[in-house]
Amino acid sequence: MVKLTKRIGGLVLRLAAFGAALAALIVMVTSRERASFFAVSLEAKYTDMAAFKYFVIANAVVSVYSFLILFLPKESLLWKFVVVLDLVMTMLLTSSLSAALAVAQVGKKGNANAGWLPICGQVPKFCDQITGALIAGFVALVLYVLLLLYSLHSVVDPFLLQKS
Amino acid sequence: MAREKIVVAGGTTKSWKLLLGLRIFAFMATLAAAIVMSLNKETKTLVVATIGTVPIKATLTAKFQHTPAFVFFVIANVMVSFHNLLMIALQIFSPKLEYKGLRLLSIAILDMLNATLVSAAANAAVFVAELGKNGNKHAKWNKVCDRFATYCDHGAGAIIAAFAGVILMLLVSAVSISRLLINSKNFSTTATTTSVV
Repeated sequence: MVKLTKRIGGLVLRLAAFGAALAALIVMVTSRERASFFAVSLEAKYTDMAAFKYFVIANAVVSVYSFLILFLPKESLLWKFVVVLDLVMTMLLTSSLSAALAVAQVGKKGNANAGWLPICGQVPKFCDQITGALIAGFVALVLYVLLLLYSLHSVVDPFLLQKS
Repeated sequence: MAREKIVVAGGTTKSWKLLLGLRIFAFMATLAAAIVMSLNKETKTLVVATIGTVPIKATLTAKFQHTPAFVFFVIANVMVSFHNLLMIALQIFSPKLEYKGLRLLSIAILDMLNATLVSAAANAAVFVAELGKNGNKHAKWNKVCDRFATYCDHGAGAIIAAFAGVILMLLVSAVSISRLLINSKNFSTTATTTSVV
């Protein structure tokens, strides 16, 4: 009974992480705003910045991986490999989130020393959607760290709860 | 009984040596990245405008503190190199320290967390550095590297060292997890062989 609840808990966690990564991906991809001032129109898309493209790709990889692992049978020996793969996916998520956050921070505040003006004043809706995508990415990251600890626990039984 | 034999032998197994070697390299790589980036500074006198025939010069400085991503980079690399130093000291000076089997588990978890931390720091720095090197036409951000070439070169070196640290920390985490798995397999049998340290 305890094993069943643990397994269901793990599945729910992975489903939630899949949902969060997918949400981050979709919100980032659909962010697009056209603004015009002084007869010059500029369109802000997520493809303008390399960091946002990397964020989209990384979250796509993580979503596909989570979806496939949902169907891994319980008795498979691949669960030991899933621990390392979960670590790799967590590293991918942190790197994409941190890169997108660094670039978005430059876009919001500018960089006075480099002479870079902030762009959020001109395209506020785009900025809000990027913020939403970053928040979803952060939720996916937290869920993935919990998943990593859960996979480690289910493979290793480190507190020796099972009687030998 | 297998439960009572949580004994750990003195450490000269192959995985112990491999882990120590990897940790030393990871410590050196992240420390080098932190030091090179924290000493990154360039001052240049540039002509910013010309009034008539008199050029107006201004002294501009490029420091790593101007960019929050680089500040995070320095702090995170210092933290990871300190973690590696602690783990090296623990491995060399007290390989027999043990408390209810928590040693290998906490080392594995800490290694995983530090691997994600250094990966985040290196990636944030590389994307912001790419912005500085190529600029961004859509946001009308000029490049910085054509005027501050030395600053950019030093930053690039630090980021390369940090990426070497990322790969090494990933290997260190993998070896720690495998040591944990091997050790836990020993607990579930009734053999009284000593486990890895």
